[in-house]
Amino acid sequence: MYDFLIAPFTEFEFMRRALVGALALAVGGAPVGVFLMLRRMSLTGDAMAHAILPGAAVGFLFSGLDLFAMTVGGIVAGFTVALSAGLVARSTELKEDASLAAFYLVSLALGVLIVSFKGSNIDLLHVLFGSVLALDNATLILIAAIATISLFILAVLWRPLVLECVDPNFLRSVSKAGAPTHLAFLALMVLNLVGAFHGLGTLLAVGLMMLPAAAARFWAKDLTSMMIVAIVVAILSGVIGLLVSYHSGAAAGPAIILVAGVFYAVSLVLGPIGSLKRLWAPGRHLEA
Amino acid sequence: MTAALNFRNVTLGYDRHPAVHHLTGTVAAGALLAIIGPNGAGKSTLLKGIVGAIPTLDGVIERAQARREDIAYLPQIAEIDRSFPITIYDLVAMGLWRRAGLFGAIARGERDDIEKAISAVGLEGFESRTIGTLSGGQMQRALFARLLLQNAQLILLDEPFTSLDAKTISDLIDLIRRWHGERRTILIVLHDLDLARAQFPETLLLAREVVAWGKTPEVLTAENLLKARQMCEAFDRHAEVCETDLA
Repeated sequence: MYDFLIAPFTEFEFMRRALVGALALAVGGAPVGVFLMLRRMSLTGDAMAHAILPGAAVGFLFSGLDLFAMTVGGIVAGFTVALSAGLVARSTELKEDASLAAFYLVSLALGVLIVSFKGSNIDLLHVLFGSVLALDNATLILIAAIATISLFILAVLWRPLVLECVDPNFLRSVSKAGAPTHLAFLALMVLNLVGAFHGLGTLLAVGLMMLPAAAARFWAKDLTSMMIVAIVVAILSGVIGLLVSYHSGAAAGPAIILVAGVFYAVSLVLGPIGSLKRLWAPGRHLEA
Repeated sequence: MTAALNFRNVTLGYDRHPAVHHLTGTVAAGALLAIIGPNGAGKSTLLKGIVGAIPTLDGVIERAQARREDIAYLPQIAEIDRSFPITIYDLVAMGLWRRAGLFGAIARGERDDIEKAISAVGLEGFESRTIGTLSGGQMQRALFARLLLQNAQLILLDEPFTSLDAKTISDLIDLIRRWHGERRTILIVLHDLDLARAQFPETLLLAREVVAWGKTPEVLTAENLLKARQMCEAFDRHAEVCETDLA
């Protein structure tokens, strides 16, 4: 048992680093994922993950596989797309999803074009699928810092964020915080995706954000417990995914996301609240 | 008589088309005013204009309660996301926004206020249920509890009685009469003419423009109501620029 569960982490430093990285990503990303889901923006994360690609690619073009350049590039590209899409949605008739789709598609095409100018397929694979088993100190600090900032900002924005989801008109009638809150939340999503993309790559980064959130929906009735379930599921996915990868030799990033996918599937079938369970085991009706 | 609201030649609308056209008039402080008119008459638009949710196309709305936190506004129920996992208690507690703001804590005394507001609308025992489990009437009661906590001098209600049963309506009317007794100013959009005649001393009959405004029995005459129905024609896509003020 010890050999199976603990030894991989005590014996190999790269596994310890991967563990720390995965935990930080789980703690920072899962709550953001829950809000994305509740705001019916589940696919927005995916779109944004594509949108940060050209920024990272420009960074890559100038400095190769350099942490700082690719991070700054990703953040700039992500913020640009998120903010422009948000502003267009708020000030024109175009809805948020359409406006975001327009921006991210252009951004993605630009990214692939830039990568194709310089660099090989291997470089492209690194950007797309990350390298959770090769996290250096600087990357770990970056990911941990992003998780910390993310939790802090969520705590500060909690009230307006919830209210903007439930009753945006009410928020508008008592406060001007609506628009800034929305934009800050989009910024938070970008930060988390940029952090996750070093570990899991741009395409898988969204997985650790959305799958635990979607799974949590089947276990919790109120927002707070939903957050806790999502974080726990994300952490477990990270740990189990790394172990699976270690013992089977499978790629670590996809393994983590697939474990999260298994959690989701189990929740979908067995979760106590609003899952498929009510189709095959509806239970007798109650007295009142 | 002090004015709670003063409209000076106010035009509100969407995409330059007026939904409320050249509205001029005054709402006295402490008034209990029913706003009546056919669909598309600009009733909801007028309330949104007063809260500042949409800008005026023309004219000025002067408010005695200048800060937006001093206005309590209940929009039509359809605009609330009922699937969001939030409890009744938390929803009602949002009424304390003016005191608690973005980050302020909710003090012990205020917890009592929240409980009192919830029981005032007859929802004791529902505190920890999520809003998705409420019926339409219970949801409206919860929103009235939130209005109670907002403790505002100017209260705007947009069709609060739509699809409610008689008991719920009469309970909510009692709350409104209590606010009226406390000299708060209340504007309420209604479709029920009998209710307006029975409960609301003043009425504004709106059909994009003011048809009549004053004591309810004098406003709600057969002649005025017919006029209101006829005035509310569809938007004209090729409408000319309105020249009223230029002339």
